[in-house]
Amino acid sequence: MTDTAIYDRIAAQIEPFNKKGVALTESTTFASDLEWDSLTVMDFVAAIEDEFDIIITMNMQAEIETVGQLVAAVEKLTA
Amino acid sequence: MTDLFSKFDALIGEREALLSTGVRDPFSLVMESVKSPTVAMCNGKETILLGTYNYMGMTFDDDVLEAGKQALDNFGSGTTGSRVLNGTYAGHRECEEALKEFYRMDHAMVFSTGYQANLGIISTMAGKDDYIILDIDSHASIYDGCALGNAQIVAFRHNDVEALEKRLKRLPPEAGKLVVLEGVYSMLGDIAPLKEMVAVSKAAGAMVLVDEAHSMGFIGEHGRGVAEAAGVIDDVDFIIGTFSKSVGTVGGFCVSNHPKFEVLRLVCRPYVFTASLPPSVVATAATSIRKLMHAGNKRAHLWENSKRLHQGLRDLGFALGTPEAQSGIIAVIMPDMLKGAQMWQALLERGLYVNLARPPATPAGMTLLRCSLCAEHSSEQVTQILGIFEAAGKEVGIL
Repeated sequence: MTDTAIYDRIAAQIEPFNKKGVALTESTTFASDLEWDSLTVMDFVAAIEDEFDIIITMNMQAEIETVGQLVAAVEKLTA
Repeated sequence: MTDLFSKFDALIGEREALLSTGVRDPFSLVMESVKSPTVAMCNGKETILLGTYNYMGMTFDDDVLEAGKQALDNFGSGTTGSRVLNGTYAGHRECEEALKEFYRMDHAMVFSTGYQANLGIISTMAGKDDYIILDIDSHASIYDGCALGNAQIVAFRHNDVEALEKRLKRLPPEAGKLVVLEGVYSMLGDIAPLKEMVAVSKAAGAMVLVDEAHSMGFIGEHGRGVAEAAGVIDDVDFIIGTFSKSVGTVGGFCVSNHPKFEVLRLVCRPYVFTASLPPSVVATAATSIRKLMHAGNKRAHLWENSKRLHQGLRDLGFALGTPEAQSGIIAVIMPDMLKGAQMWQALLERGLYVNLARPPATPAGMTLLRCSLCAEHSSEQVTQILGIFEAAGKEVGIL
């Protein structure tokens, strides 16, 4: 189970970058489904970091492929 | 069975598609002979070199050449060994002394390439629980230094002081931190706001490394780089540099004032586990570095060239990487890879060589024609260069 409050806040941050209007679920992937390039990823990570006042290192980013994984990572970082 | 090469199929296809349009392969040019720091023969044609990073034109300096020849005669063609075993000759020490004088720093360590200097210092200085905070547009050697080590990597938006400060403040106060910056970013030729960045890094208790590969010899009153020009060189913990640009040969280095710096000679793997530079190379480097200390007039002429080329290209209507000339690099932004390759070839056919740069080396997926000026380019050559750009730009349909 993931935290729905965190999920909603992350979904809101994805919105402005979701140019194709892809329907979001926890299994949505950033690279294949949302088709984000590395620049978009960088801007999005910065937005998430500011939203939650956290740091998501590049080491962690390498392990995060889906929205659900990001929710879990943010949960852990804000715990 | 999987062919391990299949992962490169997309790139192979892209290259074949590009070459099938009739453009020459921009990544396999051969210089048949080299006449001076600014002129070589390419495809049998005399060609002005405007993409060699040979900023100070030291490659054919009489004193530099003489030092190299003497070292070849007296010390032989190579050391066949590591710096920590049989590979430190008098010349390596002299080269380090020259660097200490040049930068007015206590310690200097010479590596076999600039790439290895970044690889070695970054991977060795930042350990498992330490943080490396780097600009997202950092050079490949910086990223590879991070990959070789096992520190936590945090990236911030290019040249954004506030983004750097915010991230530093979010990190655990007690954790070791290394902020990695470059003086000049080589793709667009823009410089870093080092005064502000070094200040916020120091305020957060971080050590600071600045790669001055593209500024040594040219930027700053004594040619020590952007950190000197910004007045913060004394607050920088490590300066990384190369001999393959202004110095005019090959090799890399790190200078520092840290009292424990010398221990790195024992623990830095890209320093220990490779052969040292040949005696002729360190002799040419040391001679060149000493001459660069007193090259104020050349620095002034290089600035003139850079400003004039920037203004001239802007007046012709080209899109450039920076609003004004900030370094010895002027990046001309191409609409796409095909137009970039066509323009590159049109320039070459008219006798002008520039660098064609493409993603992933470039930021924001840009295709760039990167021009790097030399203090030995004459005013007449700059005029010629602008004429060639105008003719090629019209032929290819960019202007």
